[in-house]
Amino acid sequence: MSTPVFIAGAGVISAIGKNIAENLSALENEIPGMGEMVHLHSVHHHKLPVAEVKMSNAELAALACMPAHISRTALLSAIAAKEALGYAAIENFSELRTGFISANTVGGMDKTEDFFVEFLNDAHRGSLRNIIHHECGAATELVADQLGIKNYISTISTACSSSANAIFFGARLIRQNMLDVVIAGGTDALTKFTLNGFNTLMIVDQQYCQPFDENRRGLNLGEGAGYIVLVSEKVAASLKNAPVCTLSGYCNANDAYHQTASSPDGTGSYLAMKGALQQSGLQSAQIDYINLHGTGTQNNDIAEGTAIKMLFEGHYPPMSSTKSFTGHTLGASGGIEAVFSTLAIQHGLIYPNLRLETPMKAFPFIPETHFKKGVSIRNILSNSFGFGGNCSSLIFSKA
Amino acid sequence: MFIQAAAGISPQPSFGALLTEPASYAGNRLSCIEPDYSQLIDPKMIRRMSRIIKMGVAAALDCLKTSATEMPGAIITGTAYGCLADTEVFLSKMIENGEELLTPTAFIQSTHNTVGAQIALLLKCHSYNNTFVHRGFSFESALLDAVTLLQEQHASTVLVGGIDELTDTSFALLSRFGLYKKDISSSKTLYDGAAKGTIAGEGAAFFLVAAKHSGKDYAQLNGLYTFYKPRDITDIEKNIQSFLSDHAIGMDDVDLVITGQNGNVHEDAIYEQLAQTTFKGKANAVFKHLCGEYPTATSFALWLAANIIKAGVVPSCTLVNSNNKHPRRILIYNHYQNTHHALYLLSAC
Repeated sequence: MSTPVFIAGAGVISAIGKNIAENLSALENEIPGMGEMVHLHSVHHHKLPVAEVKMSNAELAALACMPAHISRTALLSAIAAKEALGYAAIENFSELRTGFISANTVGGMDKTEDFFVEFLNDAHRGSLRNIIHHECGAATELVADQLGIKNYISTISTACSSSANAIFFGARLIRQNMLDVVIAGGTDALTKFTLNGFNTLMIVDQQYCQPFDENRRGLNLGEGAGYIVLVSEKVAASLKNAPVCTLSGYCNANDAYHQTASSPDGTGSYLAMKGALQQSGLQSAQIDYINLHGTGTQNNDIAEGTAIKMLFEGHYPPMSSTKSFTGHTLGASGGIEAVFSTLAIQHGLIYPNLRLETPMKAFPFIPETHFKKGVSIRNILSNSFGFGGNCSSLIFSKA
Repeated sequence: MFIQAAAGISPQPSFGALLTEPASYAGNRLSCIEPDYSQLIDPKMIRRMSRIIKMGVAAALDCLKTSATEMPGAIITGTAYGCLADTEVFLSKMIENGEELLTPTAFIQSTHNTVGAQIALLLKCHSYNNTFVHRGFSFESALLDAVTLLQEQHASTVLVGGIDELTDTSFALLSRFGLYKKDISSSKTLYDGAAKGTIAGEGAAFFLVAAKHSGKDYAQLNGLYTFYKPRDITDIEKNIQSFLSDHAIGMDDVDLVITGQNGNVHEDAIYEQLAQTTFKGKANAVFKHLCGEYPTATSFALWLAANIIKAGVVPSCTLVNSNNKHPRRILIYNHYQNTHHALYLLSAC
């Protein structure tokens, strides 16, 4: 890539912690975030484990400095975005051209589904306050207004690849000198809508998920938010703490096979990974770690693995799915995993793929099962693949 | 950037000649005039598609047909509300059935990227595919994605569209927010009197855009600019002026201004003020009495502007205030609820 885009900060909230320190600690100590749901009220609470953020809306609101009645999607977003901006510590932030590009899949659905219970009985009932932030863009604006970002605000929704697309759209606006700083990533709160939706597709695991295991049964849904602060080369040079990594490659491709299922040969996944490598100018052998999409469904893992086999034959890098900790956080997953990727480069980490018992027979490679630190990591590939055939891959490199 | 083709499904008979026989509506809700989809989509596929998917896919395919393009280099959509009908079906069933005995079809088709995904699936298009869902900026975001993608030469053509549907439920809910006029006898009288509220609309408009001149383009899109929550009218004027200066022109160089009045006295006050200052003396056309108000209504305005340049005629139904023929340069200015402001500059090729 001709003009590098630097990563100046990161922030995350997920089922394994409300900030980077807590997430890192859980990753190191191999403590997953799944459990019986507490904050989501669903009839499936005994049956389907979820990876919930372990805080009530009131607690999140206090941390976010926002009202507790707004969507959990916005509360999670604000907490992670603020942490990211805090780490970036950009002194002249208000003088720069700033953007907030966030992703989510169901916006304020957590409130809408409560509203609808009353509304279905009587179309004149239900508090409008609960649907005023239904649109996906509403959560983005609530947070942008809090952060004081005005120059460019947008929201992307391409199912599970949403926040990867937000990150590289942000990078493109910096590369084309339209913005100096972009906070990019995504957020999603658990909702009954998505839980039941995935459950009808029969891809939700009733136990803790086992990504890339021969006997995997499905995914666990999770929630959270993750953002990185993208800055131009000029802004990077002005920072007290020099950025440790860059976004060196990205590609978006479409599987064009089925509305929800991946093609067996992983066409979209292959094209996304290959395109990202091409853009970064790297050979596959130069990738030091792959943060897998690795949802734990039969379909995703075979398609993703097949594409990896085609592209990395002969020299498979260490790889793992951190969804074995966070669950599948949908619109937030690409953002959360981008944060984990930048931390892995910064601290030389490889995360474990929890609960791997029987590696998939179709592949000659086995995901990492133990936390490793002090590893020299120069380049990381992070995958996000989703419904609608939307496949995106990002490559992060040491600055 | 060049607009090679534009196609739309709207409350107007928009597949034929340019608004020669405009439809007018009684009441505060405008619905799309849907074409015979079997002319564009395989009837086997149509049965499985919800209304917004049919509208989006048909507009997209018609756009490709017009430009004689088989495979676009990217597919990008903008939608504020996404697939509302399927969302409502799944949500209602989930509540009524107490989260039991649900089927996946409505859920599968409820995701915001469904229209873009269905187009990719029909075309077997493996290229770049993205969906923006940012309220009154949804279509502008999609178009900026297209512009920057072309600039990075990741694609030579991009299929980009704005789509939003109005359902009985969304109309009922938005009405409860007081968005619409309670008594309006005809959409033709939308701008009469100083009343609150607008009329509801919907639509799907797609464009095939390219970095290079094709020799058969509708128009050139010289620029696109958005601004969010301006402080006051001075701030708005400043943004318009700086957009024009960025393109090294002034208002004198603009032949026609298309503005987004929607009949709501509070929101239209901005356009009224601009008519006295920045836009003073300019030929002015309006469009929301034709398509209604919705977050991606600017895609209808862009469809209109591109067609005006191509045809060299400003349809009289746009209430244009001068007999401006053959406009060579058009400025579109729209704001959505005084939060999302958008500017487009188009010129003849």
